[in-house]
Amino acid sequence: MSSRALKGGAFKALLLLSLTIGFLMLVVLLVDVFRDGLPYLDMALLTNPPSSDPDIAGARPAILATLYIGVLLLLFVVPIGVGTAVYLEEYADRTKWYNRLLEINIQNLAAVPSIVYGILGLAFLVRGLGLGRVLLAGAMILTLLVLPTVIIAAREAIRSVPDSIRQGAYALGATQWQVVSRQVLPAAIPGIATGSILALARAIGETAPLIMIGAVTYISFDPTILGPFTALPIQIYSFLRLPQEEFKLLAAASIIVLLAILLTLNAFAIWLRNRYRRTW
Amino acid sequence: MLFVCALISVATTVGIVFALFLPAFEFFGEVSIVDFLTGTEWAPLFEPAHFGVLPLIAGTLLVTLIASLVAMPLGLGAAIYLSEYASPRTRGILKPALETLAGIPTIVFGYFALTFMTALLRDLGIEVDIFNTLSAGLVMGVMLMPIVASLSDDAMGAVPRDLRDGAYALGSTKVQVATRIVVPAAVSGIVASFVLAISRAVGETMIVLIAMGQQPNLTFDPREAAEAMTAFIAATGAGDVPTGSIEYKTIFAVGATLFLMTLAMNIVAIRLVRKYREVYE
Repeated sequence: MSSRALKGGAFKALLLLSLTIGFLMLVVLLVDVFRDGLPYLDMALLTNPPSSDPDIAGARPAILATLYIGVLLLLFVVPIGVGTAVYLEEYADRTKWYNRLLEINIQNLAAVPSIVYGILGLAFLVRGLGLGRVLLAGAMILTLLVLPTVIIAAREAIRSVPDSIRQGAYALGATQWQVVSRQVLPAAIPGIATGSILALARAIGETAPLIMIGAVTYISFDPTILGPFTALPIQIYSFLRLPQEEFKLLAAASIIVLLAILLTLNAFAIWLRNRYRRTW
Repeated sequence: MLFVCALISVATTVGIVFALFLPAFEFFGEVSIVDFLTGTEWAPLFEPAHFGVLPLIAGTLLVTLIASLVAMPLGLGAAIYLSEYASPRTRGILKPALETLAGIPTIVFGYFALTFMTALLRDLGIEVDIFNTLSAGLVMGVMLMPIVASLSDDAMGAVPRDLRDGAYALGSTKVQVATRIVVPAAVSGIVASFVLAISRAVGETMIVLIAMGQQPNLTFDPREAAEAMTAFIAATGAGDVPTGSIEYKTIFAVGATLFLMTLAMNIVAIRLVRKYREVYE
């Protein structure tokens, strides 16, 4: 073999190695979590409140709170995100300085560390507005956190609706609002739904902002919207902080539950995208 | 009505700036900004209190450095493979699979660093503390690798085919095309992916909170426990510090420092991405 071919082979092997290391770590991580957590993954984990006895301790209040947060988040983020996207794509005049500022602002917000949103929640929602350390404040802060993601996804979905559809509707005498609400938005729904579900998955896995608004507490009762709460990722963190080894295993079992929820959401998003994909 | 929706994201930015900087200014009324930025001891709860932020910044920078040394070469290698070697079909499978790695919550990576990576390092004969910067940095590098790979692959995909064909016509090998044509042509996009990864590492909270420790430590020994800026913010925010106290205000002083660091990096990254788009489209 010539030295050129040899070099080519070695280079390719090196590249494959980088990719393999990434996947290998993913596999090792999953094996590690499942090996630790499977013995503790039982109905008690889903139906019992936390307890100082690892054998009967569960994560029921945290799992319920995560579901409540998920529902509230979708109620908040979808209208605001889609509204912003419709404004930017269909109404905004790109040459105006404030519209350009809006776009740069959204890009920058998407990259602000999640803990900074936590500080915002602590200062304004929990202390400033006096809302307290409640589930609603958690849902609101996670809404702001994933709002840029939803806006960007909704804009892409709206942009992919061809102009001929808009022109056709105008030609039939539709107003701009009729074009948007009856032609553009229905056609963009699959893309918007996929983006929103992926944003939901990201929000549900977030821990740091909720720590800031005081979700690290011992909660043994079912949560309410205006009451104190703890969420599933926070429950994992709380288990990890306890000294007994058994609670680390309980944390692993809770991680399996969290990953199962996220996997279901992601699979649903991919299914939606493939089921309703349209080529214009 | 739609414009009001759009205004919410502006209000968020304004809110963040006010929420961070108003208490931070109050903090600097009580603690000199020079002591804050140059002090080598961070002990806000002790008597006498010390407010030197350097140990926290050093912790953040060290863990970011380790994560970058893992994420950048691996991510770039994976991106070159995806863009230049993989068939469209393989790429269609590998890229989403890699992106699931990026979708795993950071708390899970924190668990992995604490329970698995630290034990692994000890088995390999590296004497690490239970909480240590090395485990946190290595696992964070694995977490950031897909971001580097995905964005760099996008940048390389934007390099026109003519450039590659021209190089082949001159007798280049595939290695030469990849390393001397494609990578240099996509360099601004690749650098942008690096900068974004660094910015993510600086702002990452859960891995450093769980696996790196919560004791401020001005050291460059990655085997020791230390505290990153985000870990301090989270640990203090989780406690019930009284509003208006100096401990409460430290959250915002450190938070403002963190925000400015990541903001600067994000602006650089956004500029770079825009630059490479302008060249080829």
